[in-house]
This record gives sequence, C-alpha cells and structure tokens, in this order.
Amino acid sequence: MATGELNPNHYPARRAAQVVQHYLNTRYGSPYRLFHVERVYSGNAEDVGDSGRKYQLEISVQETASNATEKCSADIFFPRGEQHSPEVQASCVELLKNDTKVQEEALYQQYKMNQTLLTAHHLPDSHGNMEPDMKPFWHLGIVASSFVMLGESTENTLYNMAQVANVTQLPTENDQLKFDYHILLHDMVSQEIIHWKLLFTWSPAEGVHMLKMDQLPHCHDCDKPPNTN
Amino acid sequence: MLKWRKNTLKFGIFLLISSCVLESSNSLVEGLESTRAYDYTKYHPMDEIYKWMEDVEQGNPELVSSAVYGHTYEGRKITLLKFGLKNPEGREKKVIWMDCGIHAREWIAPAFCQWFVKEIVNSYKTNTKLEQMLQNLDVYVTPVINVDGYNYTWVNSSTRLWRKSRSDPPPNSTCYGVDLNRNFNANWGTVGVSFDSCSNTYCGNSAGSEPEARAVMDIVGKMHEQILCFLTIHSAGQLILLPYGHPEISAPNYDELVAVGKAAAAEMKKVHGMDYTVGTSPQILYANSGSSRDWARLIGIPFSYTFELRDKGEFSHLLPEEQIQPACEEAFAGALSIITYVHDKAFNSGTLPNAAGVAITIWSTIIAVSLSTGVLV
Repeated sequence: MATGELNPNHYPARRAAQVVQHYLNTRYGSPYRLFHVERVYSGNAEDVGDSGRKYQLEISVQETASNATEKCSADIFFPRGEQHSPEVQASCVELLKNDTKVQEEALYQQYKMNQTLLTAHHLPDSHGNMEPDMKPFWHLGIVASSFVMLGESTENTLYNMAQVANVTQLPTENDQLKFDYHILLHDMVSQEIIHWKLLFTWSPAEGVHMLKMDQLPHCHDCDKPPNTN
Repeated sequence: MLKWRKNTLKFGIFLLISSCVLESSNSLVEGLESTRAYDYTKYHPMDEIYKWMEDVEQGNPELVSSAVYGHTYEGRKITLLKFGLKNPEGREKKVIWMDCGIHAREWIAPAFCQWFVKEIVNSYKTNTKLEQMLQNLDVYVTPVINVDGYNYTWVNSSTRLWRKSRSDPPPNSTCYGVDLNRNFNANWGTVGVSFDSCSNTYCGNSAGSEPEARAVMDIVGKMHEQILCFLTIHSAGQLILLPYGHPEISAPNYDELVAVGKAAAAEMKKVHGMDYTVGTSPQILYANSGSSRDWARLIGIPFSYTFELRDKGEFSHLLPEEQIQPACEEAFAGALSIITYVHDKAFNSGTLPNAAGVAITIWSTIIAVSLSTGVLV
C-alpha cells in the first residue's frame, strides 16, 4: 500500500478523501446541504504499528447547492481487524457558509403536517431525472447513505449513492420526520451495486439519526431475464 | 405502330428512371432530415439506435458505410459505422477505432458515439481540417458493443444498473453475464477480476470467451497495422486511462501517451471547466486486466485510451439527460484532440509533443479553419 507522500491524483488519496466526504455529510448534511470532494491537494499515509493505517490529507470540498468551496485538513484512520469502520477528524475553514435553516424548516413543516405520507421511488430515474420537489429527499437519502458509506469504507472501496430505489415516509415520532429508504450504493472499486434498507429520523434541529441500517442480499433471482426478444 | 411502341417504351423507361432517382433522393433527404430530427440530447433504446444508424448511412452515402462484424450472445448484431472520404492521391488510409457501451449501464457512452457521428456528418463539408483527415483516415465507430446488456438496462428500473453482457450462467451458477472489459486477451485473469460469475468483474471462463469481445478482437486484429488510435468510451469518473491495467507493466511510449492524454484533458477543460485526470488505471483508478484498451496496445496499436466520461459520483451512471450535451461537447474536444494528433503524426512531419506543443498545433488549426471559413471562434 502506498506509504509516505501520496500523489494527490492517484487512487489511495482519492479513496481516503471520499471517506472525509461521507463523514462531513453525516455531520453537516441536510436536504439542502451536501458536500463532495473537489480536489486533493496533498496527502500522506503511514502504518500505525499493527493497528491500522493513517492518512493525512489536504483537500477542498464543495457544497453542492451553493458551489462554495472550503479547504479542509483531515486525518483518516483505517483500523485493521474486526472493527473496520474508519475514524475521521476534519477541520475545515468554514463549512456552514450557506444558511439552509429557512428551507429546512419549510420542508419539515410541510411534511410534518401532510395528511398523506410521502412515497417516492427511483430518485433519480433511469434517465437521471427527478421531480424538483423530490430533490430534497434525494439529498436526504445521500446523507443517510453516508452513515453506511462511512461505516463500510476501507482503503479498497470508493462509495457513492447510485439511487434511491424507494422512500416511504412513516408517521412522525417525537417531532422527528421518520423515513424508510431503500438505497443503492455503487462501489467504484468492485463495480458492485449494494442494496441497503435505512430507517432514520430527521428534523432541522436534530439532523439525521439512524435507527436501523440493513444490507440486503444480492438478488440473484432478479437476474432471470424477462422476454427481451 | 412500331415507332409509337418504341417511343412509349422510351418514355416508360424515362419515367421509371425518374421515379427511381426521385425515390432515392427522397430517401436521401429523408435520411438527412431524420438524422437532423434525431434528438442527440436524449438517451435512445437499441431499436432507435439501429434505425438511426441506417438513416445516417442512407443520408450520407459518400461518407458513411456500415458493417455488422459480430453477434452478441443473444444473437443481436454488433454494428459499426465507417466514416471516410476518398483519398485524392489514392494513398493507403489509416484507421481510427472508437467504441462505446462495453458496459451496459454507462448510457452516456453510446450517447457520445452518436454525438460524435453527428458532429462528423454535420461539419465535414465545412471544416477543411476534418475533411482532410477523413481523406487520410477511416474512422470506425461502434455506438453499442454490448447490445444485449444495453437492451437489458432498458427493460425496467430494476435492470438499469446492469453492467455485464447477458451470457447464460455457467454450470452451478444462477448469475448471468461477463464483464466484457475483463474478457480481452490482455494479461487475462491476472488482476482486478473475479472468477465468481455473480461478480460484476467476472472475466469469463477464458480470454475472448465472449462473442462481443471476440468480435472486436477479430475485426481490429485484421486491420491493426492500419490503426493509429483505439478509443473505448465508458463512464463514469472523468478519467483518461492509458495502458496498462497491470501495475507492473508499462507501455513503451508511456511518456507520449501521457502527453497526448494531458493535451486532450486540457482541451476538454476548456469547454465547460470539467477536470479529467490522466494516468494508467492502476495509478488513478484500480488495477485491472483483460481490458480492450490493454489488448489494443499489446497488439501494437500505438495510442489506446479509455475515456471515463461524466460524472464524479453525484449521479454516476444515471447522468441526467440535460448533461448529455455538455458531456458530449467536452468528450468530442478530447477525442478530436487525440485523433488530430495521431493523424498529423502519421501524415505530416511528426515531432514529439509536449502538452503545450500539441495544444498550440490544435489551436492554430482551429484558427486556420475559422479564418478560411470566416467563422468566428
């Protein structure tokens, strides 16, 4: 594995940077705020005895809605052994530049009061499209997925959320909106699509709280071809 | 009486010939119009792409011919369009190869091949440099190699993210398909592959076991000495990958491959500001074996690249249709940059470029063309 100074364009630094992206989205992401890695400036990797490997990165992240770019220094520790979730520490210049409170509050009130609970599927659809009203729920799916992606990441993965297959709103609980999501993750390294079921709550005040995260088995029976001739 | 019959016959033949001419020119016009009416900013299912290929060929017979060079596992035609003009000196023509859609879910790739064709058809009469290149080069474009897989991604929402071919499961398995870009005869089965048929990087049971890969190897193999450049189009990641996928093997012209790749990335960035990273797969993505790009380089085609088009993870393979145009515009600039370089190297005095040198050559070409055509750049 690459050790010492890392080439910022090469995959080891890029994969570690993606973990920082997931971390930032779990902590600061919302239906109106998402971060993605813009650039890796420099990086360093070293073994920490037998316990794992530590990366130090200088990166910039971009907030998707506002296009505001922030510089971050981050430490990522990939532990060896049973506990495989990486640990991240990141300090960014100024992460919460854009104020999303108003939009979040409006969304929250709208769906808290709604007579019919929201259901939606395929965000985005096969053509990459989605209703503008559904965009915040696509973003929310990415935030919730980030908890999974953060937990599952290793030096040999590069995760993104590929699609929200299904979202079902459940009755509001303790003033938190509650959701059941079926999401599809894409791992660039294995090229696999991995299905997860997520149960979580969200409110502007509390952010996302994960209640349950279940990986669904790879559906081999789904591969039986319908008549495509 | 005899004279009357003769005249009637003559007139009848005249009418017959006229109606034939009218009909074929009508279908020419129809062909041209239908290609003009074709929406290049939308994704198209396979039956529409087949029809479009026929229309392009019929509408531009002096430029375009087609060939079926293989059949997929499920028996569908693998078809290419060949673009070229007569060489005024009767010189032997060199070849550019471009293919799209080895991986079924990478919809922006076939969309780009169609866009590329449109650009050639619409500008070769007015772009002197392009016209000159088409007199020296035959450009072979396969809009969709993995027709079965691409077709499958259109069945319903749950099939959209299929990657492999649609070959039958091997014995003792229920999983379909082979990763065609791991099946080529290039260090096959060594790195970055799985021997589990349920895996998305399953390399098949032997090199070239899959009809789609074999079809490419057969046709490219036959003309490989004429081929200057092999471009294979994928998504996503915004990368320009050069050979080889094995971390310990370097192409002999690595430096030149990097320089030309970086020049292409620079041209791409000029279009919409998007960054494309250049390097070997083991450097910037992952190690792999059995790719078409590696196979092409191994048999001696000097320039071989995998283009990974938009995006960098926001939508990945589900790239929105509104991004088709900008993605294709920048990809076209990159592909043209490489094609122009290999053409000029073969047909003018070729000097080893640095990225700046290549960019200057391209830019002065564009200026020259715009001056001669009076088009403002």
